[in-house]
Amino acid sequence: MSFIKNFGLFWYDFVVGDDWSVAVGIVIALIITALLEHQNITAWWLMPVAVVLVLAMSLWRVTQKAD
Amino acid sequence: MSAVFLVLSTFLASAVEMVEALTIVLAVGISRGWRSTLIGVGSAIIALAIVVSLLGPALTRIPINDLRVFVGALLLIFGLQWLRKAILRASGYKALHDEAAIYQRELAEAKSAATVVRADLDWYSFTLSFKGVFLEGLEVAFIVLTFGSIHGDIPLAAVGAAAAIVIVGLAGILVHAPLARVPENTMKFSVGAMLTTFGTFWAAEGVGVNWPGSDAAILGILAFVLVISFGFVASLRQQHTRLVVAEKEA
Repeated sequence: MSFIKNFGLFWYDFVVGDDWSVAVGIVIALIITALLEHQNITAWWLMPVAVVLVLAMSLWRVTQKAD
Repeated sequence: MSAVFLVLSTFLASAVEMVEALTIVLAVGISRGWRSTLIGVGSAIIALAIVVSLLGPALTRIPINDLRVFVGALLLIFGLQWLRKAILRASGYKALHDEAAIYQRELAEAKSAATVVRADLDWYSFTLSFKGVFLEGLEVAFIVLTFGSIHGDIPLAAVGAAAAIVIVGLAGILVHAPLARVPENTMKFSVGAMLTTFGTFWAAEGVGVNWPGSDAAILGILAFVLVISFGFVASLRQQHTRLVVAEKEA
């Protein structure tokens, strides 16, 4: 059991890292993009905007802790 | 164009990881002997080859659009991690990776560690070199497999990685010391920007987006990511400098 847990934790840390909100933000942005495209609304701009917002929020959190 | 990006991305990512693995291997090998250390390195390479041979064919069986969403999202999340750390290091919020200091620390720890013999090997040397090479190599394998599978050319992606491994390996043998002068953060910054760019492009394409200019949009996204990242570095550097000055005055 502990092997499975450690295996899962390793991959979580490997892909998601120390800020889970980045992964959540990207997944939400992808879902919204898919929904907009499904409604025939052009949504290519959404992912670059999401990247900026997710990165800004993640950096802000780290620097707030440091400050 | 994307073939060049493919090779360049895997080359840079592999070079960065190889420099880090080399630091550990050199410290262990020099302080405790090469036999167990090199067996650890060889075992890690075999383990990585098994991971690649299992995951590679599995990835190529996934339908292309599902693969784009899955791999694109993974690359994007992974790339943003690299980019975030590189921005924090460039702006002073996180210490730069100092290979010389890490080497000295590893060397001291390796010298003081007790000798335990298992399977006729110095277990400390074996496990440390195995872990170092396997964990750093896993990131390379991840990038090579994901980039290669979407591009439909895993061997081409592997060429970039192999070139980096050979060049850094030879440099390590010649210098016989950690490669402290490699601009590691600049390389990490570049890889982070590339992973973020490709992740954005492929994930969006996978959920149905038609990028203006088709593949040429990759260059536009890369330029956008770089401008934004440099902006964050400049802004955070100013903020960090103000913080340091305020602390000195207090």
